[in-house]
Amino acid sequence: MAEPVKLFGVWASPFSWRVETALKLKGVKYEFIEEDLTNKSDLLVKYNPVHKKIPVLLHKGKPICESLVILEYIDETWKGISILPEDPYERAIARFWAKFIDEKCNHALWTACWSKDNEQEKAIEEACEFLKTLETQLKGNKFFGGETIGFVDIVANFIGFWLGIIQEAVGLELLTVEKFPNLCKWIDNYVNCPVIKANLPPRDELLAYFKARQQPPTGPKY
Amino acid sequence: MAESDQVTLLDLWASPFAMRVKIALAEKGIEFESREDDLSNKSPLLLEMNPVKKQIPVLIHNGKPVCESLIIVQYIDEVWTHKSPLLPRDPCQRAHARFWADYVDKKICSLGRMVWSAQEGAKKELIECFKLLEDELGDKPYFGGESLGFVDVALVPFLTWFSMLEHCGNFSMVEECPTLVAWAHRCMEKESVSKSLPDLDKIFGYFMELRKKHEAKKNA
Repeated sequence: MAEPVKLFGVWASPFSWRVETALKLKGVKYEFIEEDLTNKSDLLVKYNPVHKKIPVLLHKGKPICESLVILEYIDETWKGISILPEDPYERAIARFWAKFIDEKCNHALWTACWSKDNEQEKAIEEACEFLKTLETQLKGNKFFGGETIGFVDIVANFIGFWLGIIQEAVGLELLTVEKFPNLCKWIDNYVNCPVIKANLPPRDELLAYFKARQQPPTGPKY
Repeated sequence: MAESDQVTLLDLWASPFAMRVKIALAEKGIEFESREDDLSNKSPLLLEMNPVKKQIPVLIHNGKPVCESLIIVQYIDEVWTHKSPLLPRDPCQRAHARFWADYVDKKICSLGRMVWSAQEGAKKELIECFKLLEDELGDKPYFGGESLGFVDVALVPFLTWFSMLEHCGNFSMVEECPTLVAWAHRCMEKESVSKSLPDLDKIFGYFMELRKKHEAKKNA
């Protein structure tokens, strides 16, 4: 019998959602444990004492933390659809873009959505530069991974789904089809990809969640 | 390594990130050409090979660029598998190593810079991070166990910052973090590390020069 798999996460978090996508791509059954980040459980603190953050994957009783680390663990542990390419050079390229999106783009986009006045102007300018870079990188491909979704597409989920919702919640038009046609096409391919479509959090609930906040939850990592 | 393999590193002598790559290449016994870049006047080659971040290190392997130091180290480990594996085989242990290398990346560099520029509270937080790394090391000779691993390669270049941190933060590394200092000396006994790090006095002098200029600018 397969060892139980548990995932500590938050329903609205793109970070725990990345891990769910990867598990579903591999056909791995898991139990999702919803965390209240204003009142973190003893288990979360036990399994991620360093950062005390979600997501945390628990497999064979051992915790794995940090979403990008978890994605690679899932790819290495379970057979089936490959998340990362086989070729070392292609893997390095995928890791580069995933890191760029995770560390640079998401942070800039988050700041652009939630800051005000001068700070927002600067943040929007920076975010647009990063989006332009991604626009070029897509090169008209269906996904960052080529014909099928892969590591970079999973990591880019904030742009794929959350950004549109937050833009609507705060009344910002950053990612438009006029400025970023490749990215918009990618978003369309992304949200219509069967494994993604079947498992996205409900759009109206996410919209209500972000509209209810004058301030961002706690910043991009939550 | 194939006869025809061409390996070039776009480099900066004082960069701990470039040192990571040099250590990994040395562990694998890979010969490479080092090309020193100048960040105030970036070379056309750097701009061509890393157009997105425009940063060193960049490893150019048979004409193809790989960027970001820890990504380069993993690439080296995956291409040259004949000796000195840097990541373990077991996926859980690999995840563990990646987690701690990521921790080094997130914490040590930025906190170190803050201590250098005398920012309030940075020293305390940096020492806490070092102590956490000591707990992770435990009584193993290296983070990788019996031999150098991914986390060792990620962290050991910051040994070149120790004297600077002590001076700027007014504390003693060996008093605060004796296990880490002992680990660093153990790493320096390995040729792959000692030949990949610059002279410690030279780099200390360099940091002090930079600090003088930084202070002069602030007070101008």
